[in-house]
Amino acid sequence: MAKATAQAAGTVPAFYVTEEEHAHPGGSTMLGFWLYLMSDCLVFAVLFATYGVLGRNYAAGPSGADLFDLKLVAVNTAMLLFSSITYGFAMLAMDKGRQAAVQGWLVVTALFGLAFLGIELYEFAHLIHEGATPMRSAFLSSFFTLVGTHGLHVTFGLIWLAVLMTQVSKHGLIEANRRRLMCLSMFWHFLDVVWIGVFTFVYLMGVLK
Amino acid sequence: MSQNQAKAQGGHHDAHHDEHDAHGAAHGSMRGYVTGFLLSVVLTAIPFWLVMNDVLGNSTLTAIVIMLFAAAQIVVHMIYFLHMNGRSEGGWTMLALIFTIIVVAIALAGSLWVMFHLNANMMPDMHRM
Amino acid sequence: MTSYPDWWKLIFGRFTLEAIPYHEPILIGTFAAVALGGIVVLALITRYRLWGYLWHEWFTSVDHKKIGIMYMILGVIMLLRGFADALMMRGQQAIAFAGNEGYLPPHHYDQIFTAHGVIMIFFVAMPFVTGLMNYVVPLQIGARDVAFPFLNNFSFWMTVGGAVLIMASLFIGEFAKVGWLAYPPLSGAAYSPGVGMDYYLWGLQIAGIGTTLSGVNLIATIVKMRAPGMDMMKMPVFTWTSLCTNVLIVATFPILAATLALLTLDRYVGTNFFTNDLGGNPMMYVNLIWIWGHPEVYILILPIFGVYSEVASAFCGKRLFGYASMVYATVVITILSYLVWLHHFFTMGSGASVNSFFGITTMIISIPTGAKIFNWLFTMYRGRIRFELPMMWLLAFMITFVIGGMTGVMLAVPPADFVLHNSLFLIAHFHNVIIGGVVFGVFAGIAYWFPKAFGFKLDRFWGVLSFWFWVIGFYVAFMPLYILGLMGVTRRLSRFEDPSLQIFFVIAAVGAVLIALGILCFLIQIGVSILRREQLRDTTGDPWDGRTLEWSTSSPPPAYNFAFTPIVHDLDAWADMKKRGFTRPLAGFRPIHMPRNTGAGVIIAGLATLCGFALIWYIWWLAALSFVAVLATVIIHTFNYDRDFHIPADEVVQAEDARTQLLGRA
Repeated sequence: MAKATAQAAGTVPAFYVTEEEHAHPGGSTMLGFWLYLMSDCLVFAVLFATYGVLGRNYAAGPSGADLFDLKLVAVNTAMLLFSSITYGFAMLAMDKGRQAAVQGWLVVTALFGLAFLGIELYEFAHLIHEGATPMRSAFLSSFFTLVGTHGLHVTFGLIWLAVLMTQVSKHGLIEANRRRLMCLSMFWHFLDVVWIGVFTFVYLMGVLK
Repeated sequence: MSQNQAKAQGGHHDAHHDEHDAHGAAHGSMRGYVTGFLLSVVLTAIPFWLVMNDVLGNSTLTAIVIMLFAAAQIVVHMIYFLHMNGRSEGGWTMLALIFTIIVVAIALAGSLWVMFHLNANMMPDMHRM
Repeated sequence: MTSYPDWWKLIFGRFTLEAIPYHEPILIGTFAAVALGGIVVLALITRYRLWGYLWHEWFTSVDHKKIGIMYMILGVIMLLRGFADALMMRGQQAIAFAGNEGYLPPHHYDQIFTAHGVIMIFFVAMPFVTGLMNYVVPLQIGARDVAFPFLNNFSFWMTVGGAVLIMASLFIGEFAKVGWLAYPPLSGAAYSPGVGMDYYLWGLQIAGIGTTLSGVNLIATIVKMRAPGMDMMKMPVFTWTSLCTNVLIVATFPILAATLALLTLDRYVGTNFFTNDLGGNPMMYVNLIWIWGHPEVYILILPIFGVYSEVASAFCGKRLFGYASMVYATVVITILSYLVWLHHFFTMGSGASVNSFFGITTMIISIPTGAKIFNWLFTMYRGRIRFELPMMWLLAFMITFVIGGMTGVMLAVPPADFVLHNSLFLIAHFHNVIIGGVVFGVFAGIAYWFPKAFGFKLDRFWGVLSFWFWVIGFYVAFMPLYILGLMGVTRRLSRFEDPSLQIFFVIAAVGAVLIALGILCFLIQIGVSILRREQLRDTTGDPWDGRTLEWSTSSPPPAYNFAFTPIVHDLDAWADMKKRGFTRPLAGFRPIHMPRNTGAGVIIAGLATLCGFALIWYIWWLAALSFVAVLATVIIHTFNYDRDFHIPADEVVQAEDARTQLLGRA
């Protein structure tokens, strides 16, 4: 646009944009959302740091090796990973403008997400039933909080997903909805990245002696 | 084109170009997603296998190895799922990411370092428990 | 305490009638005054039918200028509250000697020093700084609003929500008695079972969400919405420092939120993060809170450095000396500010190696800060200095801040810190840098940009009076604290034994009264300026012969800021435009695309505040209900796709013609 600005005879350059300006609402959304994700990283950094410092304070209670069922965690990890690629397929369908396919893949993603949450809740219930409550020791406090905060994020992601599916079915794949789908996509994959930290740092290293 | 106008590439006009870039490449391709997925499966499966079967027989070594796998998998996710590159949003997303990684590293490593020393100095009895 | 039936607890949680402090004469008096004042204000608003105007033009406004002004008003109101606390403490400490109990019982005194710290940092300094950034940054970069205008409105109301909770604690229940950073185990459920700590936690949590979002917003604004031609090294220094501050906000406030959330879990759920039992570790809280806390002081001071830079170059009539070094110093401070947090707890016992690392990093961070002082000095060198109010604040700042900085370097030496830690020397140090740095800078900023925001200058006489009361009052109030601190007097004491110390506290109290007069003169200055606005009127939009883009538009700027987006060719774009013979466009106006006002921000923030209040009082049904309501409102808001409109070209023409006439008259 600046290129088109006429420049008066060498000495006085153009000081303002004269031609029509294209408003592009939402032009900053992706960057803004990315910045939000970065700030969320810091929340998880605190929780990881707390787990790192307090994670071996068992207070004569159960340790990770006593409690964690790695097979269950592996299944759960698979759920999240599947949901990541199905969300990716939804985005590819969106690029091609195929609304039904987008909705279909989003449903699949939501199902995997729900399965993940279900398994996590089952695990939590099981631990609490065994007396390994968040109140039992600093290790369990930091474990439940770190994993639970991730789970809470997934929950909000699912609510958001449901809202977005309604909006896509109502208005179609308009620009605003595409942008929202892309934001949720970043959010969803971001949660997967955090989960890599969780299963490695908490579960796998927790059962190592 | 004058020098002044060449300079006039900053600001929101820049952003405008990025947006077009973003529509082109940022969503990745089927190939990218599948590659990322397969790599992730491998990079997830190996650490689980290492720990569940105690393959290496040494927990410190295992811890280091699985952390390396985690780091690798995070990079894979960043590239194939989050489509990170140095060009999107004029490099600002990458800059924000690098800054965040630095701050996260400082907060994590710093906390562990500080708290280790505090525990060692102020609560020496705890280690005997 | 009478016992309340179960149905009462179900409905009102742990709220009881005893929670209303009607047995505290000071609070009753305050409440009467506040209630009376409140009723008068509400009556006047109703009388003059201003509700609709306030709601449509201000509360629901997404205009960054109006939001900026509202932040400043919030800051002034909370300054009065925070300073009343300061006066009460100074009064108590001046008389409570040798058996005299003073007039404040310990439980009240402890609430006051906690409230003073919390309010001054979170609800005075932060709103002032955010307000200045909100108002000025979009104008300086030639943008029409921020990147996310609705979010901006929402952020503001979340900050207000936090402030409302803190203020509510004055008359409903009590406030925390734990010091402004609420170290556990004192702040844990066992030692602070009352609602005071919960007011603290939820007040800060709600305000913190607003702060984080406004940080994201301003970064995106600066990165994406600069006028064409304004590359990074052509950005005004204030915009640069704002960028760095908002980076710090986005990268630290989540740490505060998470840390407070862990403490909240300890208090509400019974987890063991920071308890003394079952593996908890209170030292971890101190570690985490300072990872946020140290960058926080740079969040406050960096934009103020920007204000001083703008003032220095405007009132010396030349380009800022060493622009690039100023920018690099700011960036270096941004990063280094993450590497010094342990100097706040040298004495906790992390040992020689850790202490020396953080001592050295702390000394290093004073280097870029010192470099900035030289930049301002050399800007003044051979400048044509005009001693207007902002320039006077700059000079007072440079002298005062250097003293505060040097005592800071003293505290950075770990062995010295073992002597000075938690003493009044520390109190004097950080008031020295916060008052001498942030507060002076806020007043400089207000004096500098007020004519831009309202179209008339501030009255000089009352401003000068306020300036001298503040500056002299500051020295009288805090120099004695340095001496007391060196003698070993610790902070947060409500009574003393040694009568030889009393004279110093009396002097400090006199200083506080002088500062109070400074605040009074500032308020009178605003009032007088409004009354004399026709004499003080500035029709040019550029009363100081300014150098940056905000001075190129009218005062106050139209809703759309710039009829045409400016193109930038040089640092100090407006000075460049004036030099090269810029002529204001008089025709060819087009409709301008703008965001639409919305009440969603007020509603969501109001519900979030209600939720916080319910959680503080264990009114679970209300907490659940308001949380669901927040979620529902957010979701409903996302179904509104119609968020912008065009200002018709006619209106733009009208506004610009009015300006042409004004300029012609001048």
